[in-house]
Amino acid sequence: MSTSPILEVEALSLSTKSNQKLVQDVHFSLGRGESLGLVGESGSGKSLTLRSILGLLPSGVEQTGGSIRSDVSSAMVFQDPRGALDPLCTVVKQLAEVVYYRQKLSRKASRVAALELLELLGLPDSLKREDRYPSQLSGGQCQRVVIALALACKPGILLCDEPTTALDVTVQQQIIETITRLQRELGFAMVFVTHNLAIAATLCSKLCVMKQGRIVEHGDSLAILQNPQNPYTQMLINSVLPLPELEGSE
Amino acid sequence: MEPALQIQNVSVRYGDFTALDHIELKLQHHTTLGLVGESGSGKSTLARVIAGLITPDEGQMLLGNQTLKKKRSREQYKNIQMIFQNPDASLNPKHSIRQILAEALLFHRIVDRSQVEKRSRELLARVQLESKALDKYPHEFSGGQRQRIAIARAISVEPSLLIADEPTSALDVSVQLSVLELFNSLKRELNLTLLFISHDLGVIHAISDTVAVMRQGQLVEVSPKEQFFTRPESSYSRKLLSAVPKMPKSISSGGLYEPTL
Repeated sequence: MSTSPILEVEALSLSTKSNQKLVQDVHFSLGRGESLGLVGESGSGKSLTLRSILGLLPSGVEQTGGSIRSDVSSAMVFQDPRGALDPLCTVVKQLAEVVYYRQKLSRKASRVAALELLELLGLPDSLKREDRYPSQLSGGQCQRVVIALALACKPGILLCDEPTTALDVTVQQQIIETITRLQRELGFAMVFVTHNLAIAATLCSKLCVMKQGRIVEHGDSLAILQNPQNPYTQMLINSVLPLPELEGSE
Repeated sequence: MEPALQIQNVSVRYGDFTALDHIELKLQHHTTLGLVGESGSGKSTLARVIAGLITPDEGQMLLGNQTLKKKRSREQYKNIQMIFQNPDASLNPKHSIRQILAEALLFHRIVDRSQVEKRSRELLARVQLESKALDKYPHEFSGGQRQRIAIARAISVEPSLLIADEPTSALDVSVQLSVLELFNSLKRELNLTLLFISHDLGVIHAISDTVAVMRQGQLVEVSPKEQFFTRPESSYSRKLLSAVPKMPKSISSGGLYEPTL
């Protein structure tokens, strides 16, 4: 399936107003249905790169060079689900509003579509009868609502900015399973930002390792993990703490 | 010899909500107990009860052979020190590192005023920071360095029990590794008794001798490390362990999965 890429980032450079370089010369491309992992420490420019794809750079940061070309729409899932939701608006109402504006349905039809999306993400049925505020849901449930909001835009590319970092391990596993299942069903492409190499390698077929605003290594996930060329990648792999195998696990 | 710390039948309630439900736990001298659980399971409440920041509604605690009462002596407060998750919030931004370290040393009368400077330098060396850091302020350091300063302050008063509440959760993976190495070397050099709280099972595996699992305010399991990670007793521990994201399976054949610790 080697069609032309749906997202191409070429020689992207970002800097602050005072000319401090934050991201330099970043290249990557993404094909239909592909997933790409961006890994690196905090401050390595992963999130800024992601935000620039959406045109959502924080004030004071400007694109100083390069180009981003994309054929399809994209939507983003943020790290902190509570911060991404309106605390004063019930969740079904929030979701229905996005469906109403983005899919141009009637108010009634958008509510039905919103409830379908929530069911797809495995949120409890009780929301149909009794709408709830974000504060009345758990962190994992809030993150599911945020993913539903992103999917309501029918994106060609789903941009994920550390969507599981703020969650417990068991909830993290559920969210990762949900994202994997949805990607299979809906066939969107994905750019996944994380500092956890294990998650990136599970979810993504290709990886880009970033350090201080530059991509230091890129390629197939397995190839990078088995045979890292850059000492920084090696260091990241070493810092994943090993666990012994659980006896009797399948 | 009696255990370093005994927790007997301790309960804490916030209104109708039971945060700790009849906890029984023993911590042996010079060992590290790793405490794991999801958020809201009561890990931090237990740490705060032991440190004397929360008074339990029921039960009692013994430090060595002394009972820890609601009103503790200065000596008892000194003997239990705590390191918090967020080093930004636990260091006073208006104090230089010299003041931060000297305050604890002088308050607990560890050394004379004339010796404070020398001791502070030794402490910084112990956590692998340069002594010129003394004149700087917390904002001039990175997150990992600030956590090292918090550790230096905690060990400065020579506590018999050190509580670390998610000390590496706010740090990057590579920095996390270096802070864990610091904990491991301090454990060896100072014979620390450590209660280490984390929700990251990889971190717990790297540092603990014994592992305790909490869920909804109750202790689900207390097991030696090897047993916990290979043959956990409770189904909940098994669920926690299998939820940890792993490197893809096909990699283990590539010879990468050799334990380094």
